[in-house]
Amino acid sequence: MYARSPDTGPPPQYSQDDSAGYPAAGSTERVVLSVAGLRKSYSALVAVEGISFDVHRNEVVGLLGPNGAGKTTTINMILGVLSPSAGSVRIGGIDLARQRARALAYANFSAVYASLPGNLTVAQNLRFFGLIYGIPDLGRRVGELLRQFDLERLRDTKCGLLSSGEQTRVALAKAVLNRPRLLLLDEPTASLDPAAAQTIRARIRSLAVEHGCGILWTSHNMYEVEEVCDRVLFLSHGRILLEGDPRQLPREHGAATLEELFIRLAREPLAEPLGRAG
Amino acid sequence: MRLKPVAGILLRQFYLYRGSPVRSLPLFAWVAIDIVMWGFITRYLNSMAAGRFNYVPSLLGAVLMWDFFTRIMQGVSTAFLEDVWSRNFLNLFATPLTISEYILGLVITSVTTGAVGLAVMLVLATVVFGLSFLSLGALLIPFLLVLFGFGIALGILASALVLRLGPASEWLVWPLPALLSPFVGVFYPLATLPPWMQGVGHLLPPSYVFEGMRAVLAGRPFSPGSLAVGAALAALDILLAGYFFARVFRYAIRTGLLARYSAESTA
Repeated sequence: MYARSPDTGPPPQYSQDDSAGYPAAGSTERVVLSVAGLRKSYSALVAVEGISFDVHRNEVVGLLGPNGAGKTTTINMILGVLSPSAGSVRIGGIDLARQRARALAYANFSAVYASLPGNLTVAQNLRFFGLIYGIPDLGRRVGELLRQFDLERLRDTKCGLLSSGEQTRVALAKAVLNRPRLLLLDEPTASLDPAAAQTIRARIRSLAVEHGCGILWTSHNMYEVEEVCDRVLFLSHGRILLEGDPRQLPREHGAATLEELFIRLAREPLAEPLGRAG
Repeated sequence: MRLKPVAGILLRQFYLYRGSPVRSLPLFAWVAIDIVMWGFITRYLNSMAAGRFNYVPSLLGAVLMWDFFTRIMQGVSTAFLEDVWSRNFLNLFATPLTISEYILGLVITSVTTGAVGLAVMLVLATVVFGLSFLSLGALLIPFLLVLFGFGIALGILASALVLRLGPASEWLVWPLPALLSPFVGVFYPLATLPPWMQGVGHLLPPSYVFEGMRAVLAGRPFSPGSLAVGAALAALDILLAGYFFARVFRYAIRTGLLARYSAESTA
């Protein structure tokens, strides 16, 4: 089990070069992501129905739910590639709808369905996205990431030629290029072997604990969720059914394990939210 | 507007050309083939004309300028299509990159690749077939600028169409210049066309360039006002195309089209 951040104590300070060319975004705020009344509908189909939640610094929040629950739709709205039908998203206190570029400068993501261009090498991809994010002293930052993610020997290999585990590592290196205050990870360890997955989980956990990053994490691996997440949100049919500590929730709701609770919620979505334990 | 993201788009294209020399071939191969083929056709026509008319500047010059326009247009759309082919929209647009930075990056990429093609065409046409663009004088610059402007506009429009209609609509991009060429009088005066085609031609900036070029080469009076209309139309077209791209982008974000572009890669 990884060390969890205390609820109190001084918030970590961001250096000036974190800002990717933009003015500092409320660096004293604890909330890195604030989602309020977020809704997405396509004609009669409601994909996400008015969900609200926050993600704080030093916190890893698991976004759980069965396929089609609205997890990816929610993540896409937070990333600004899908506009909500109603509600708002604030990243580091900046309204995404009003200041899209400024808000997204403080976020980054990695998703299994968004692999990096396969016709660029590892180092080229990192330099390309580094320029897009406006990273200062990019050469040094890319070198750092290649070392951190054990990618130095692959730096000149085209991403399309990498194994899925290696691609995941490159995607994660890209995801932390801009030292994001908010990191969205959609099944980041889905294609990794257990040893590699554990290393990546430890690294991501340290991003939250040591670097003050807030992380929103989706996964179908409940062991992983219990190990890494400080808090989970259960999503079903576009609504948050349950929220709380993944180690406490099963007991509070009469389930032996988080997986059992997940299966029960997925098969029999509740008519009303169960309440918020966290 | 920040310059680093614009440089990023340009750098990505540079990496692609450097990483695959075969990719560089179309930058000059097709224009070289066009120049060689039309060069020999003009030589043959000149021999038939027996000195009464020099076809080299009017035909070969027109081919060269039309190819330049086509390369500029395709330079923008090909750079855009790189993101379609590599399913990169989600990675790209979930960043602080703005639409204006993205489009400027595509345009600078196109200027760079278009300049390579133009240089090859000029060398071939001048050295092998004796074409002298000096006969157009300083007017060559505004002529090329108007074609450049319209090429940019058409490239942005084609990219917006692919974004709106999906990856399968890529085939729409390539024939666009050929579709327009009969209306702009690349090889013949607009007066040759039926009135309705002339009407369409007058809305297209290249028609003012080719009419002007023929006038200069034939020693007839050239109307700067007419070329100014062409330049104004090209500028207007760039603005309209940029506006259209931004509208399509907003539509793609509203409907989920942008996210699905990427999601298709998992299918």
